[in-house]
Amino acid sequence: MNSAASGVQGGRRPVEKHPSSDRALSLLLVGPAVAVVLALFVYPLGYSLISAFTTRDGQPSLDNFIKTFELYGTDILFTLVIVTVSTVLIGLLAAAIGGYLVLGTHPAAVTMLRWLYRWPLFIPFIVAAQCMRTFLAKNGMLNNTLDSLGLVDVTALSGLLDWRGIIVTFVWKETPFVALLVSGAMAALDRASIEAARNLGAGGLRILFEILLPQVGGVMTVGLVLAFVTMLSVLSVPIMISGGAPTMITVDMAFRVNSYSDYGVANALGFVSYLIAGLAAWVYIRRNVAGEGAP
Amino acid sequence: MKPALGWLLHGGLLGLLAFAIFGPLANLVLWAVAIQWYFPHKLPLTYGFRYWYDVFKPTSDALASLGTSIEIATITVIVCLLLAIPAGYALGRRLLPGRGVILLILLLPQAFPSVAIYFNIARLFYLVGLNGTIAGVVLVHAVHGLVIAVWIAAAAFAAVDAELELAARNLGASGLRTALTVTLPLAAPGLMAAAIFVFLESLDEFTGTYFVGVPDVTTLPLIMFTASLAGNYQIAAITALILLVPSIAFMLLIERFLNTEMLAKVG
Repeated sequence: MNSAASGVQGGRRPVEKHPSSDRALSLLLVGPAVAVVLALFVYPLGYSLISAFTTRDGQPSLDNFIKTFELYGTDILFTLVIVTVSTVLIGLLAAAIGGYLVLGTHPAAVTMLRWLYRWPLFIPFIVAAQCMRTFLAKNGMLNNTLDSLGLVDVTALSGLLDWRGIIVTFVWKETPFVALLVSGAMAALDRASIEAARNLGAGGLRILFEILLPQVGGVMTVGLVLAFVTMLSVLSVPIMISGGAPTMITVDMAFRVNSYSDYGVANALGFVSYLIAGLAAWVYIRRNVAGEGAP
Repeated sequence: MKPALGWLLHGGLLGLLAFAIFGPLANLVLWAVAIQWYFPHKLPLTYGFRYWYDVFKPTSDALASLGTSIEIATITVIVCLLLAIPAGYALGRRLLPGRGVILLILLLPQAFPSVAIYFNIARLFYLVGLNGTIAGVVLVHAVHGLVIAVWIAAAAFAAVDAELELAARNLGASGLRTALTVTLPLAAPGLMAAAIFVFLESLDEFTGTYFVGVPDVTTLPLIMFTASLAGNYQIAAITALILLVPSIAFMLLIERFLNTEMLAKVG
């Protein structure tokens, strides 16, 4: 967006005659888009917050939260663990892929990796869930392949369709996005310091951790926060991968709404999901502030 | 000796990754062409396209829902572009008071977990009669797509060379005429990318449709979901493949747009 701002200053000034009417026109141009987001996002968001903190007859109360933690305390913890573990794994894999793309010494292997890792990028969650629902099942291709290789006995296995399956699906689906951002940022770095470190005898891992990753930390954090919030918003994956309890709070919200029309508890769970997302945003902001404070 | 060992290691890792990425997709394709497949058989017992006929026969629910999905996605693209083109132009090209706040508002739909938003929209739509209508689903999809559409549109407009606009103005073209005949065509490739992106997002959207579309609007992802939970893995796999093809095509197509320069600006 920085280039956008400089473009405005560079290009518009000479033509501009009536600054105030010009600004009014600008506001008119963004107005409809902003209005739609306010009406269809901010308004329901406010509605959700009020509903979470009131009883059915509109009295302010914390009953919804007491009920939520009683019924779904385990699921909240479960959600937090799944999303956090997935985010960490996505970060590690994205760093590994980005590092290999920049530092890899086998050109053919680098080309293959570049071609390979992007495939799940735009595959919808619901399709990823259906793929994994069969792939990770007891009789899925994963177990069958391991069995054919003589590594496991498929009759003694139970499949991965539980919390592990949810994590696998999330990592499979979200890693390409973060890896794409991270490898892009790494490729844009000055190569001189990498070459210098290499000439001084630093290995690939050391260059990755001490030179590349510290410089792309900002992009990595943005990618991971976006992935984190996205995973908190997915309903299809936990339903399709792991039917039973404990499950993720998105499933509980849908259940409260569809089975009991209990919007109070559903919105209290929604508030918890905003808090968890807020936690991620706070990590991001703190990181940025820390980054600016550093010399 | 050492290079050979290195190749073995790299090849092995790449092979593992290829299995991790294509294994789930291969399993889906197998289910799409399987007729009979049950435990403990590692591969389907009989193959065929019988279930494809079930999906594509003229009276099928899946085919009707594909039509609904495409209709919704098309209208969503039109709505999104009508909103995003002026907004992107103002953000990328013009002086805008309160620019930071406006950007923040436009980013909100991507910054919050959306499930709770969707069932509250459904509740509000129910009051005004938008629940279970195409218009309701389009609105939900449009809000979600708007963030990306505005972002790409703003970048596309910002990249247009201001000298060309200036030349048009100097030759006597009005501001509006310059915007329509110079700026808009120059930004068209970016806007096209935004349109494709919004179309795909809408085609694939599940959660919003699940809350707002029921019971009258059934899109392809909803059919896929229902088939999967009912254990109709062949139907689920075939409908999943229909959704998969445009996603993969877009991934391969977009490769040239996703250059490092654009990505370096993120963050």
